[in-house]
Amino acid sequence: MEETKFTPQTWPDKPEQATMEGRNKFVGIWIFICSDITLFASVFATYLSLKDKGPAGMEYSAAELFELPLAFVMTMLLLTSSLTSVYAMYHMKNHNFKGVQIWMSITVLLGLGFLALEIYEFYHYVHDGFGYTQSAFSSAFFTLVGTHGLHVVIGLVWIVCLIVRNARRGLSLYNAPKYYAASIFWHFIDVIWVFIFTVVYLMGVLG
Amino acid sequence: MSSAAVSNKKGFGATLWDYLTTVDHKKLGVMYLFAGTLFFAIAGLEALLMRIQLMIPNSDFVSAGTFNELLTMHGTTMLFLAATPLLFGFMNAVVPLQIGARDVAFPFLNSLGFWLFFLGALFLHLSFFLGGAPDAGWTNYASLALYSPGHGIDFYVLGLQISGAGTLISGINFIVTIITMRAPGMTFMRMPLFTWTSLISSALILFAFPPLTVGLFLMLVDRMFEANFFDHTMGGNTVIWEHLFWIFGHPEVYILVLPAFGLFSEIIPVFARKRLFGYSSMVFATILIGFLGFMVWAHHMFTTGLGATANAIFAVATMAIAVPTGMKVFNWIMTIWGGSVKVTVPMLYALGFIPSFVAGGVTGVMQAAAPLDYQLHDSYFIVAHFHYVIVGGIVTAIFGSMHFYWPIMFNRALSEKLGVLTFWIFFTGFHLTFFLQHFLGLMGMPRRVFTYQANQGWDLFNFISSIGAIMMAIGVILLVINIIITAKSKPLNCRDYWGDGRSLEWAIQTPVPFYNFKQTPLVRGYDPYWLEKHDGNEEGMVYAEPLGDIHMPNNSILPLIMSIGTFIAAFGALYHPDGKAWAIPVLILGLAITVGAMIVRSVKDDLGFHVHVEEVIATEEHLYGKGGNK
Repeated sequence: MEETKFTPQTWPDKPEQATMEGRNKFVGIWIFICSDITLFASVFATYLSLKDKGPAGMEYSAAELFELPLAFVMTMLLLTSSLTSVYAMYHMKNHNFKGVQIWMSITVLLGLGFLALEIYEFYHYVHDGFGYTQSAFSSAFFTLVGTHGLHVVIGLVWIVCLIVRNARRGLSLYNAPKYYAASIFWHFIDVIWVFIFTVVYLMGVLG
Repeated sequence: MSSAAVSNKKGFGATLWDYLTTVDHKKLGVMYLFAGTLFFAIAGLEALLMRIQLMIPNSDFVSAGTFNELLTMHGTTMLFLAATPLLFGFMNAVVPLQIGARDVAFPFLNSLGFWLFFLGALFLHLSFFLGGAPDAGWTNYASLALYSPGHGIDFYVLGLQISGAGTLISGINFIVTIITMRAPGMTFMRMPLFTWTSLISSALILFAFPPLTVGLFLMLVDRMFEANFFDHTMGGNTVIWEHLFWIFGHPEVYILVLPAFGLFSEIIPVFARKRLFGYSSMVFATILIGFLGFMVWAHHMFTTGLGATANAIFAVATMAIAVPTGMKVFNWIMTIWGGSVKVTVPMLYALGFIPSFVAGGVTGVMQAAAPLDYQLHDSYFIVAHFHYVIVGGIVTAIFGSMHFYWPIMFNRALSEKLGVLTFWIFFTGFHLTFFLQHFLGLMGMPRRVFTYQANQGWDLFNFISSIGAIMMAIGVILLVINIIITAKSKPLNCRDYWGDGRSLEWAIQTPVPFYNFKQTPLVRGYDPYWLEKHDGNEEGMVYAEPLGDIHMPNNSILPLIMSIGTFIAAFGALYHPDGKAWAIPVLILGLAITVGAMIVRSVKDDLGFHVHVEEVIATEEHLYGKGGNK
């Protein structure tokens, strides 16, 4: 397929849907997210039914364990990264490839910051004796937050691959849908985190 | 690949490589069909062994432990590894043609879905050779499965995790295909019923498989990595498994039966030679069944003790499903009513399907009454009920559609005479096997028992039931013989084999070229091909574009490599609890292969290739002689 050279004037309004493949990817990522929502719904339900459940005399409970300041900083990092990926998409629509790469890179940095804090948090819990096998509650907690963490890792690897692979090629109708799909996936991760913040941390400390 | 446009004789190695790397929906359809038939035969053999064991009281043909393995593998294989791929086979072979598309939306994922399914199935079946098959029933309730010794349950969990991922990927693929790839003029309300039911069934896969994935994952970490989800001494709860399993398990029934409904909705109008009665109500009923299918999972758990309120709500929701299903049954009857019916083999299966499926549906509504279900639960009545639905509904659809679509898939027709014989033997055997099991259940025979005492009034019915099972086996053997004979018969090279085809797949001449329609057809109404025939169009269809270059996807070996990676990783996880030092490295190696292949896929551009106009014309002449596809 010959590459067409685009200028901001000839660049289509919706570059992610301008080709057949692009449209397929656009619909596909949304459909995939529908199924991923169901996946998280199942893990959330499991967590809620096992919250604070453990062997007789278990010393850990959500109210004692979780600390809101750390969770708040993590939330802010991830929410901001969602905003920066919107900036990247804004530049993609205006055919400004440099803007796309810069804002996507900032998104990755913020995501890495979030991941580092999450690893610190897990390390802290395990160090205190709240390990994966300690109780039904600990298994459910690490599974729920860990599944989200795994999604963050996948999202980061995905976006880094896109940034590195396309660094010298510029924006085309072939890679625009790929950037778009990755950003949608990143927003989805962010929305799931909002639920985790509410259900696990807020309701854990307050409820 | 582009040189394969004109198909020449190829060596065995080249053909094998072609099938390992293919992304063509027609070839994948054939692969699904054969893989499904293989596992159908294995699961059928397991059923036969069970019926031989139960033929006489106090039999010691197989041991109690082996019987548990047989019943578990029979159920698991039939649902996940036989019925699902067989229906996927027809979806792959037919849906892109029915909507006038070149291929599915993601041909690469289509291939990945197949290989994940196949290697997951292979992994599950290796359990027979590596220390024993799973033995906790296809429902694998945690209270049983958690403490089952050996690796059987681990094979179940990992095998289904892999093949389930394949099914989910294929489901997403079909939804996107049907949404975006329809030919011009093919509006949603002009789509053939099989396309509609494939769409809704894929949507059910989309929402039903993730809960199964989670359930299997919890079981996996509980058994292999010392988590505590189901261990009540550590605060866990086994009912979580029941919920997650049935949130998946009930829609799974509709995932299978909706495409079967769709297939019969294609077969019946062709042989009744009448437009499908009540098309829009059929569409509405399909969507409603799909929706209600998610609202009823707890009717499998009436005796778990969820309380009277929950039981009442789920009982009413379950009974409500009978309404849209009844609409469908009446629509099929009204389509046949007053038609000039040709009783071919596919139509024979359709005519056998309607009363059998209604019988299965009626017993289903009986069980929906929670108080009665307390009596029927875990008895042979249940076994009779779901075999009426699955054999009477799904297996008849698969056998009927094999006869119906064989000309399109293989350019050959299955023998009608042998088909009629197969139908009568199989159909008689089916009713003989399962009709009496209703009464065995009412007389108190529990399901999943490996033997029973004599003189409880069960001996005769069990004996007759086993005779019926042997008849079903003979029927299946006849079908396989039919397939082998047909493979040696002369190619048809025709269009519209049955003479009364209505939807787009019949407008294309067989053998179908790898790019399907040489020009995208223009759809002018419901039953587009019938419409064109009615208007005297000799060419088949009106086309929406001039003859031009055709863009096609590249073949790829990566789907197979990704699937092999998960297959290797599964062995690592499986042997981890044994304390083997190599277990975790193998797990990491397998995942690294999969992730590596995914990164290669992501980084390497795959733009596909173009088939040029001259090549298209040459292919058409090679396949159909001078003048091309007329």
